[in-house]
Amino acid sequence: MERRPKTLTVLSWLTSVVFIVALYLVLFWAPQEAIMGDVQRVFYFHVSAGWVGALAFLITAIVGGIYLARGEQRWDRAAMASVEIGVVFTFINIVTGSIWARPIWNTWWTWDPRLVTATIMELIYIAYIMLRQGIEDPDRRARFGAVYGIVGFISVPLTFLSIRIFRTIHPVVVGSTDPTAQGAFDMTANMRTAFFFSLFTFTLIYITLLWHRLRLQHKMEMIEERKLRALSA
Amino acid sequence: MTDPIEQKIWLRADGSLKAHLRAIAAIVWKDLAAEFRSRELIGAMLVFAALVILIFNFALELDISTRETVTSGILWVTFAFAGTLGLNRSMAIEKDRGCLDGLLLAPVDRSAIFFGKAIGNLFFMLLVEAIILPMYSVLYNVNLFQPGLILVILLGSIGYTAVGTLLAAMAVQARTRDMLLPILLFPVLIPLLLAAVKASNGFLQGFEIVEIMPWVNVMIAYDVIFIAVAFMVFDFVVEE
Repeated sequence: MERRPKTLTVLSWLTSVVFIVALYLVLFWAPQEAIMGDVQRVFYFHVSAGWVGALAFLITAIVGGIYLARGEQRWDRAAMASVEIGVVFTFINIVTGSIWARPIWNTWWTWDPRLVTATIMELIYIAYIMLRQGIEDPDRRARFGAVYGIVGFISVPLTFLSIRIFRTIHPVVVGSTDPTAQGAFDMTANMRTAFFFSLFTFTLIYITLLWHRLRLQHKMEMIEERKLRALSA
Repeated sequence: MTDPIEQKIWLRADGSLKAHLRAIAAIVWKDLAAEFRSRELIGAMLVFAALVILIFNFALELDISTRETVTSGILWVTFAFAGTLGLNRSMAIEKDRGCLDGLLLAPVDRSAIFFGKAIGNLFFMLLVEAIILPMYSVLYNVNLFQPGLILVILLGSIGYTAVGTLLAAMAVQARTRDMLLPILLFPVLIPLLLAAVKASNGFLQGFEIVEIMPWVNVMIAYDVIFIAVAFMVFDFVVEE
């Protein structure tokens, strides 16, 4: 059995350290927001988790396209690994959003475009996982996964666009602020540092998890292969 | 041109648009002929659609004031649910009786198979809608025959069958097939269904056309994008 690559070990430790630093920056170093108070601190990891979710699904669609073009199994492994991570982080995104919305919007949930879009995105990729579980033939599973990964990813911006025709109350912190948004705020320099550091941390976590997941898949396939060889011998 | 095999060879030899259209027409015709002989699909879709409307009637207490605001929603839920029956069935008969392999062996472009199946599904869907609309009109004493609403239903059905045909082709090849199709289909359909409900509601309540157009535009964009995507990836779904 091959050993874990040294780079991966270093990367894993580095990610842990960076995450602890991010925790410190977000919980202690960043100033308390004037109106919302400490609950605003949810924002840093909330946006970072949402970013990783979107990034993971984008990568799934891209490697799905590459798989369809080249037909190499490793691209399909990457697609599946990315979807699993994306589903977890989108879930974190939705839950942290809910925790923030309870005191600020006075409700756990509202039918706002962003909330609905995130939830539908989550459902699409849960469907993706269910589709894969229903197919035994690895080649066909990879092809169908790639197709659904592409179709699902195209539908997400359209969903957002179409619900966006309604008014939104979700604050837009990065970029322009919608005057109808509730709970918007301007970031100070320290907040900005904590925010971008969280984005960086979560991206690093994504890369580390993806790598571990790919190795796990590779090992599972090796075990499967050995089992077959042992049975046929 | 009478001998079927000769016809197929002719289709391959002449790769023109005309040959392509002829192949599509042949597949549509096959589906329609099979359906008009067995009458399994339309019957099931119609009874199911009627049941959905009846259940809504009791579940929502459809008096006049509620009806005005929920009619478009009820119509689209009914179409969407009845549609999955049709899509499942249309692909399941190809798969179960080995017809799909036969279709794939035919020397026609794979996209012709996709468009043939999609147009066949669209035809069944429109037929069910053409019966549901007057039925709903009579039962609830509203006039649903407005050109705007018909246009919305047509746009919605085109997008629905384009995505539906692609995903149904995948779902029937999976272990959990009948369960899988709605789970795969509905989240992807949300932008289309949402726009369809909003646009239908606009036409039924007599909104200004300026308020309805954004929704119609979303539907047109959805139809164009997904027909193109489905056309491009369908090869990978039926490939053996």
